[in-house]
Amino acid sequence: MSPETVDVVVVGAGAAGMAAATRMAGLGLQVVLLDEQGSPGGQIYRGITLAPLSRRDMLGPDYAHGNQLAQALAASSVRYESGASVWQVTRERQVSYLREGRLYTLDAKAVLLATGAMERPFPIAGWTLPGVMSAGAAQILLKSAGLAPSEPVVLAGCGPLLYLLGWQYLRAGVTIKALVDTTRPEDYWRARRHLFAALRAWPYLRKGLELMRSLRGAGIAHYSGAEQLAVEGEEAAQALTFSVAGVAKRIDTRCVLLHQGVVPNIQFSQALRAHHEWDLDQLCFRPVTDTWGELDVPGVYLAGDGAGIGGAQAAAVQGALAALGIAGHLKAISSAERDDQARPLRTQLATNLRIRPFLDALYQPKESNRIPADEVMVCRCEEVTAGELRSFVALGCAGPNQAKSFGRCGMGPCQGRMCGLTVTEVIAKARGVSAAEVGYYRIRPPIKPITLGELASE
Amino acid sequence: MRTDPLFQPVASEARATRTVSLSFNDQPLSVPAGISVAAALLMAGVNRFRATPVSESPRAPYCMMGVCFECLVNIDGVPNRQSCLVEVADGMHIYSQEGARDLIYQPMNVQAVEVQS
Repeated sequence: MSPETVDVVVVGAGAAGMAAATRMAGLGLQVVLLDEQGSPGGQIYRGITLAPLSRRDMLGPDYAHGNQLAQALAASSVRYESGASVWQVTRERQVSYLREGRLYTLDAKAVLLATGAMERPFPIAGWTLPGVMSAGAAQILLKSAGLAPSEPVVLAGCGPLLYLLGWQYLRAGVTIKALVDTTRPEDYWRARRHLFAALRAWPYLRKGLELMRSLRGAGIAHYSGAEQLAVEGEEAAQALTFSVAGVAKRIDTRCVLLHQGVVPNIQFSQALRAHHEWDLDQLCFRPVTDTWGELDVPGVYLAGDGAGIGGAQAAAVQGALAALGIAGHLKAISSAERDDQARPLRTQLATNLRIRPFLDALYQPKESNRIPADEVMVCRCEEVTAGELRSFVALGCAGPNQAKSFGRCGMGPCQGRMCGLTVTEVIAKARGVSAAEVGYYRIRPPIKPITLGELASE
Repeated sequence: MRTDPLFQPVASEARATRTVSLSFNDQPLSVPAGISVAAALLMAGVNRFRATPVSESPRAPYCMMGVCFECLVNIDGVPNRQSCLVEVADGMHIYSQEGARDLIYQPMNVQAVEVQS
């Protein structure tokens, strides 16, 4: 049976995917939106259509904003398919996915990848222990199930999401035992040159300042410039240890939430062999696109945080821009119409992104938390430590793909998602070359797990 | 293994109106409907979802968004399900995954096949 042909397949129903799909449907295109979750929203607006009002209120206005995108999507002609796990996108724009145990394939005239961001790995000693989670994971538990730690929790690291979670926990009545912040005075110094641009993004900056003020005002123990973070425990987390200005600290807790920023999820763009660049400010790989979000793979577009971190508001605008790019490409609108409609969006995008250089400089993750000490686990799946990785380099291992054959690094079920950036940076440092030169894992489908039985049933 | 739950509903959450019954390692659990298996297990006090194939170290969910694959469990006989991406359902039988999988050779199931050339 030959696959069904549609105008556009959008992968991911977060801010970018919802905005893009809705816009393209409005321009008369036949759009299928495939989403791994059970309801639209992505991670930032996770569960937005299902969350009770009290929860939406507690999470704050930025979360509630996602409802407008979800409502517009629901009112559109977009064919939204939830629980769809896309395991392959080819350069010929064939999209294969698994849904309720059945395989489907679509031929698309254009594909938009809106697969968003994931949290940057935070490799420290003990980060594999139960009770240690990413702050984003804890926030997903709050958004999707109304759950929060049952005993005093320790938040550690840096970045807007960590502080936002702290603020949301305060509103939810959750006890925060400590905020262990890795931000140092010199980070403010480095960020200072972007302050003028940040001041022009005053509403965003003011929100951040208010958030920090309420965290400080709540009397939470706040440690700044924390270094040498490690989680203690045998079967589960028992304490977070760290040092501040050379003084060792130890905080007992069963729950440690780590965060040091988010990075583009590049599984699909890598599997498509699209061109990627190492972003020197955000310290991650970023697929290279044109101004409409098109990759160097014809007809395959990318929008939102998957193309570089800009946040949810920027992602929705990028989604709309990619929608116009695709509509122009498929001749649903003329290029003059496309450019006219894009103009105000580009202005808006520039406004949304104004704060980024300041945030990127201020909350740049510390080298010791990206390129860890020898004993720290880098590849969680296959349990390869930084020390083992360095010993591979000493034996001639030049990059992430060779690290696989040296010691199965990156070959577990997560397919390198949790170790990829760390492996690149550890090898680059050990070899004394740039991360760009070392490169990334060669990602191959299936991007999501699929059984041979399921594959054979197609 | 179950301990005091690490996660619980926040104060403002109304009690779940609908619950589903499932089991984890043969222990019956009643959990709110509509949430992920991973969330349900965490609120039920499960903090060891699996043991790694390499060193059999305990693991629990890390990312809750389908990236880390730490929350893998066996659901209704299918191993390696990402429990953060599966919604709870009545009657689910969930098991933790302990260490590497056994490759059990079962000669009973192997039948002699006559090959004609």
